[in-house]
Amino acid sequence: MNIHEYQAKQIFKKYGVPTPKGIMVESVKDAVKAAEQLGGPVWVVKAQIHAGGRGLGGGVKLAKSIEEVETLADEILGMTLVTHQTTAEGKLVQKLYIEDGADIKEELYLSVVLDRKLEMPLIMASTEGGMNIEDVAANTPEKIITVPVDPAIGFQSFHGRELAFGLGLTDKDEQKNIIRFASKLYTLYMENDAEMIEINPLVKTGKGEFIALDGKMGFDNSALGRHPEIAAMRDLTEEDADEVEAAKYGLSYVALDGEIGCMVNGAGLAMGTMDTINYMGGTPANFLDVGGSANAETVAKGFEIILKNPKVKAIFVNIFGGIVRCDRIANGIIEATKITDVNVPVIVRLDGTNAPEAAEILKNANIANLIVGDDLGDGAAKAVAAAKGE
Amino acid sequence: MSILVNKDTKVIVQGFTGKEGSFHAEQCIAYGTNIVGGVTPNKGGQTHLDKPVFNTVNEAVKATSATVSMIFVPPAFVGDAVMEAAEAGIELAVIITEGAPVKDMQMAKAHATKHGMKTLGPNCPGIITAEECKIGIMPGSIFKKGNVGLISKSGTLTYEGANQVCNEGFGITTAIGIGGDPIIGLSYNQILPMFEADPETEAIVMIGEIGGDLEIQAAKLIKEQITKPVVAFIAGQTAPKGKTMGHAGAIVSGSAGTAKEKMEALEAAGVKVVVSPAEIGKAIAEVLAKK
Repeated sequence: MNIHEYQAKQIFKKYGVPTPKGIMVESVKDAVKAAEQLGGPVWVVKAQIHAGGRGLGGGVKLAKSIEEVETLADEILGMTLVTHQTTAEGKLVQKLYIEDGADIKEELYLSVVLDRKLEMPLIMASTEGGMNIEDVAANTPEKIITVPVDPAIGFQSFHGRELAFGLGLTDKDEQKNIIRFASKLYTLYMENDAEMIEINPLVKTGKGEFIALDGKMGFDNSALGRHPEIAAMRDLTEEDADEVEAAKYGLSYVALDGEIGCMVNGAGLAMGTMDTINYMGGTPANFLDVGGSANAETVAKGFEIILKNPKVKAIFVNIFGGIVRCDRIANGIIEATKITDVNVPVIVRLDGTNAPEAAEILKNANIANLIVGDDLGDGAAKAVAAAKGE
Repeated sequence: MSILVNKDTKVIVQGFTGKEGSFHAEQCIAYGTNIVGGVTPNKGGQTHLDKPVFNTVNEAVKATSATVSMIFVPPAFVGDAVMEAAEAGIELAVIITEGAPVKDMQMAKAHATKHGMKTLGPNCPGIITAEECKIGIMPGSIFKKGNVGLISKSGTLTYEGANQVCNEGFGITTAIGIGGDPIIGLSYNQILPMFEADPETEAIVMIGEIGGDLEIQAAKLIKEQITKPVVAFIAGQTAPKGKTMGHAGAIVSGSAGTAKEKMEALEAAGVKVVVSPAEIGKAIAEVLAKK
């Protein structure tokens, strides 16, 4: 789960990680009030969306007067921001963060992520702050310093020295400041089960202090149960409405551009089914994993979500039952045809646990539009043909 | 022969008396797995599925000499359960539970390694040596005995792959689901050499997914160490690019982890790569016919 910059900075403050003062607002009126409260003399008006590259997209602007804050807030609120991390349609800006300007001497980069190979958190830093860090990694990898921290020993001073010297800091106070900053960041990463923290840019001020000018945070969904205060930061308006609706029923759904709706158990087989459809000359309309606890209700819901997409010309149900029992899926398909108007051909391939029972159920149900697929290849071929009207 | 487990392997179940643990332990026993007992705190001394229940893994190991534990405890307790198994002298922990916090798995895996315990999973279907020993949640009936080893990140693609191999008239030595979580136990590069060393395994099916770079590492290992034919499928060629917020993850893995990149690396290592999982069975028939 990802959160907004203003929320990340609330967490930073709790751990003593320095950030500029700021206030989140949802209207132009409140933006002006926030600017007055902060006092100036300069403010930054920042769009709050879950994507990077906001500055380049025109979502982050500097204001030198209250009037300018008002003008900019009016301009940015309600705009649809397109960045390299959003879809082509972009994201609607519904929240702003009004922030004090900072004394910027240098812009650096600092992040904490999980290193899957080392299986421990990794602190990354670079002198090339404010830039697209992927470009830095590709063009000048030597400018990225990486310091893994073994959770068994935690963040030690030597980790901090690696960072300080790596960033070329020679002033002893500056060294001390960055070590303290990184230590706090590591603590908050671990204590909150974060997946990643990225600060870009991290600012060095004229006084040699370090301030988080930006803040992105993502969390391990599996650990949200023990962090109710973070789970409460979830912003559903940042997520796809159909995906959220599907998740309520234990379905994992992602919309795509094609014509063949897919309902599959297991993420791997779901992707494999999409690949097979593509290989046979068709186009998948979605990814849908019904999960391990699929029953008649969830299957019916899956049909409803798939059929909301007007591009869908056929549905391919591909189930290899392990924990999932095929008879339950078969009953779900029958249920779905009662609740929703299934007006496209449905190709069903059921294999594994209780597959013979399922075949019997479907045979007796006598549903028009229903085509049986013998195996994955046969089912996909029939789905592709059905979508083409053959 | 087979790898890691066989009909003599003594298995205990952590989370034995819970709903999931009970259901699947019963299926494993019916398949022929030598389940010698289980662990559920405060239920020690009871009997469940005709097997003894213990309060701790330590007690269970002392009483039964079990070497493998199948773990079904709820997600929040997985880390604890793995570390307990490691200290009790278990040699392999098969972690079925889905949704274990990543931080817990970092700690647990490091601790397991320290105690010389191998782990599989979490969030995996488990391991099965055909017609001998099933430790996991896969439908046992599809795994016929044969000469093909199978490793997969995905559970349902494990079933799909094994089913196709068997439908072509071949069978499985051992099939292993390694799981796709950020932190996993045994992976391709530990398991592939085991299949290479197993005299009964004549070909290997390897099923991967987009994300991470385990398949790229496997390609390097295959090129250097594996002489047996390998058939591979990478799921997610048509998957949409993940919605990322920061870029940090992609840099750490050193690659974008796309299906294309993985398929090319495997092909360059001499692996027969199929573009659809529907082709796995045929590809195995082909590589075995050439031998």
